[in-house]
Amino acid sequence: MIATSQQAEQYVSFWVDGQLLGVPVSAVQEVLNSQNIARTPRSKPEIAGLLNLRGQIVTAVDLRMSLGLPPLEEGKSSMYVVLRFRGESFSLLVDEVGDVFDVSKESILPVPRTLNAHWLKVTTGVVRQESCLFIILDVATVLRLPAS
Amino acid sequence: MEDDILQGFLEESWENLSQLDSDIVAFEKDTENDDLLASIFRTIHTIKGTCGFIGLTRIGSVSHATENVLGKMRDRSIERTTDGISLVLEGIDGIKELMQGLESNGEEPNVDHKELIGNLEQVAEGKDASEFVGNASQQEANATAQAGGKAVAGIDTATLMTESGDVDFDELDKAINEAAARHREKLAEQKKQEKEEAKSPSTAAAAANEKPTKKVVTRKAAPVEVDAQPSKKKTVADLSIRVNVNVLDRLMNLVGELVLARNQLIQLSRDDEESRYSAPITHLDRVTSDLQEGVMKTRMQPIGNAWSKLPRLVRDLARITEKQIELEMDGADTELDRTVLDAIKDPLTHMVRNSADHGVETTAERLAAGKSEKGTIHLDAYHEGGHVIICIEDDGAGINAERVLNKAISNGLVSEADAANLSDYDIHQFIFHPGLSTAEKVSSVSGRGVGMDVVRTEIERIGGTVDLLSKEGQGTTVRIKIPLTLAIISALVVKAGDQSFAIPQLGVVELVRLAADQRSRIERVHDKQVFRLRDRLLPLVELTDVLQVEPSTDEKDIDVNIVVVQVGEEQFGLVVDEVFDTEEIVVKPVGLLMKDIAIYQGTTILGDGRVIMILDVTGIASDFNALSATSVNRDAHTEDEKQKAQGHTSLLVFDAGNETMMAVPLALVSRLEEFSRDKIEESSNGPIIQYRDCLLPLQSISGSFDSSQTAPQPVIVFSDGQKSMGLMVDGINDVVEEHLTIQVQSNRPGVLGTAVINGKATEVIDTQHYVEQADPEWFQNKGTSHLRVLIVNSSNFFRQMLTTSLRAEKFQTEDVGIASDALSLLENDPKYDAIIVDFDDDAEDLTQWVHSQKQTSGIPVIGLCSRLTPPIQQRADESGCNTLLEKLDISALSREIQNLCNQREWNQGVSA
Repeated sequence: MIATSQQAEQYVSFWVDGQLLGVPVSAVQEVLNSQNIARTPRSKPEIAGLLNLRGQIVTAVDLRMSLGLPPLEEGKSSMYVVLRFRGESFSLLVDEVGDVFDVSKESILPVPRTLNAHWLKVTTGVVRQESCLFIILDVATVLRLPAS
Repeated sequence: MEDDILQGFLEESWENLSQLDSDIVAFEKDTENDDLLASIFRTIHTIKGTCGFIGLTRIGSVSHATENVLGKMRDRSIERTTDGISLVLEGIDGIKELMQGLESNGEEPNVDHKELIGNLEQVAEGKDASEFVGNASQQEANATAQAGGKAVAGIDTATLMTESGDVDFDELDKAINEAAARHREKLAEQKKQEKEEAKSPSTAAAAANEKPTKKVVTRKAAPVEVDAQPSKKKTVADLSIRVNVNVLDRLMNLVGELVLARNQLIQLSRDDEESRYSAPITHLDRVTSDLQEGVMKTRMQPIGNAWSKLPRLVRDLARITEKQIELEMDGADTELDRTVLDAIKDPLTHMVRNSADHGVETTAERLAAGKSEKGTIHLDAYHEGGHVIICIEDDGAGINAERVLNKAISNGLVSEADAANLSDYDIHQFIFHPGLSTAEKVSSVSGRGVGMDVVRTEIERIGGTVDLLSKEGQGTTVRIKIPLTLAIISALVVKAGDQSFAIPQLGVVELVRLAADQRSRIERVHDKQVFRLRDRLLPLVELTDVLQVEPSTDEKDIDVNIVVVQVGEEQFGLVVDEVFDTEEIVVKPVGLLMKDIAIYQGTTILGDGRVIMILDVTGIASDFNALSATSVNRDAHTEDEKQKAQGHTSLLVFDAGNETMMAVPLALVSRLEEFSRDKIEESSNGPIIQYRDCLLPLQSISGSFDSSQTAPQPVIVFSDGQKSMGLMVDGINDVVEEHLTIQVQSNRPGVLGTAVINGKATEVIDTQHYVEQADPEWFQNKGTSHLRVLIVNSSNFFRQMLTTSLRAEKFQTEDVGIASDALSLLENDPKYDAIIVDFDDDAEDLTQWVHSQKQTSGIPVIGLCSRLTPPIQQRADESGCNTLLEKLDISALSREIQNLCNQREWNQGVSA
């Protein structure tokens, strides 16, 4: 690892509607391919349903829906980024999972104000990598968790 | 039983006290922590309270003194000094010492804590605690000395016995007792001495230890007696271990997981009978079941634990109320999960209290009724198919159905008309409604109007049901059915749309399968489906509607599956697409993101690995309001309902021919009739029929009358006193509650305009038009009253309706839509006898204006509103409105106009 890695945190990146997003590796439990999902009628629209992860029930949240983006094209299937948050497991439905990046604290830039409103709300910072720019997702906000 | 109470007290207190030590130490470090202090105070207070209850005066007085100091600290009337806190700790040590004695001896040891109590009292009065800490540390020393001595003494007696080999125990006993008496005197002396001499604890302790052994034996005789006991009788701590409930809960969860895994394995092996895994899986199955049972057992407690306080309660109640009551208890060793047990403790106590206080009569009453003078309350608990049944039965006076009914009527739970049809059983169920205590006098023990409703809520919260049977003069039986445990339940798996859902078996009463050709047995009342099941109407709810999903098929010629579920005292049918199987499921809590969806009570994983939602029938019931269809106004009491009902009008929707629907306010309709067509005769004024010894003129809504048809002719009858007319329609369709707004005015005679009713554009008829057509002299004929009424109302519909009805009541009317029109009208011609305004609109200004003008000030103003509420009443009163009435009550309105006008005339007569 590079010398700055002590200060750095690792982020798992993933694509949603052409945008690269990231969450801290520490929050991620695992990444899954397409899963059987039990839909939950009457729940919020972004809740895709529940999935059985080795006996553990995980609430799956469709990121495209919660960010107000169009649904994934027919025929393509989402990937699942399973997060552990407040003692419960959630899974984010994303288009595709990308690399894991080392990100030092200094390289996290403030969110540009011009960012689209629905992005602005769920973002805590922006990171520039050599080739691309990714947005750090605020998990609590994106899940729309009730206040603890 | 007394023993059980004591054990319970000790167990509880030890735990509290051990927590207390660390709490107080924490408090000493953070003396500003009010919460901590409050919790410490509460603990001591509880101990004091329980002591008072079971008559432990010594522990009680020490706790009382300690509590006093804590209380003063809490109120900050004394300072929270370290010395003060030390003294509190000493108080707690005192309590512990006494409790130790109590635990081993069964009674409080004869140790006097006068000095400690005195110190505590003085500190509580505001004296500086440091004065007493010297003493305190000395006492501490004393305690240490005693402890040391005790040990030595113990060894010594033991040696004594082994050495002599043959000890006369009687002798020893006597000696010990004598010694004990002497010792007490000595102790008192010694205390004085020690107080003077011993400044440091260590010397005292040392001194105590240095005493010759022989002397120690005599000196410590009393403690020896105390210490000797534990060897005979195991302490509470030896018999059981206290395990943190969280550990048990976690174990339970893990077992739940195991059960799920096992279920999945069984499912897998089911397809393959020859599998080499089948033997080990069977084994696993058995072990898992045993394990599940075992772990559940660790959480099981005999129901007797919840009963232990009842005998005392009944005894005390019997004394207060001067009755003779015997409490019989069966099945006290029936076990159930501790969470369930905790939940039923209070409801149970409440019901027994009810039985004793209200159920069982006084001795005199019982004798007069020819019963034995002693009343009996019988408690019974037993297992029945995964449930625990608890019965509370008394042979008292039973429930006076009439009194309950009267109360229910006066509380508006049921109308008098409906009341006549209620069975005694139905009436008894009103007991479970809030605020329905029929106790004639509120006693100190019960009858405050909070009671059975709380009981039912509590029981239902844990998935149980309460049933009440009562026979007047013979007694009352309350039957509670509760699940054994809450973690693993049996559930019915059903399909709605393309998904499965679980319904807890506990709420399911029965399954009804209706063959496709029997579908017609499902009827409609208003917009709700009902099904006649045996002798009652069962409201039906489509599960797909509740879930807002597409039904799996649109076909109408398939069988209907109805799951009859029970919520409280009501039942309703849940129509599902398919019923699969019952399965043991492990309830997992609903995730954070879906907590607020009332129709789910949990999630689970089925044997085949699918995740499914567990439905909450109570949630579904309130969600769909399915119960309102059968319950007679019972549920229309929530604020929501009231608001919904506001501004709604009952409308009769009928078929006017040519596939058009028309509506008329139900308030204007007198009766609905069907006449056979050959009875309808022609007269010069149109069709007419002999009806109730009168001739009823008829009008056809479509303008023509076809006498050739054989089907009876439906007729809507409008009446006014002696006069009636009938409107012939093609069919009576429905009665709906709608918020009526005429959206399109009509120029067509006989039609007021069009409104949206039931989601369809529907014409609302002008009854005045038809009435006048049928009998042109309808309004004039009756000797028109000289009273002139001005109607001010922004709703065209209401204006029309009031005009029609008031003219029918012989008034002359004029109507305007807005207040400014009314003003100009009144300014020109103030000779009105009454003005009718609408307080659903803004009527205050007009009312005030009317009363402020010289010319109009005498005209009575009658306010109307859709629902009389205190705020509206206040608005009306403040603006000077003479009277406020609910809309649609035409007869009351006409009476009121008459009254006010008479009054006015009389007043004018007097002043003239």
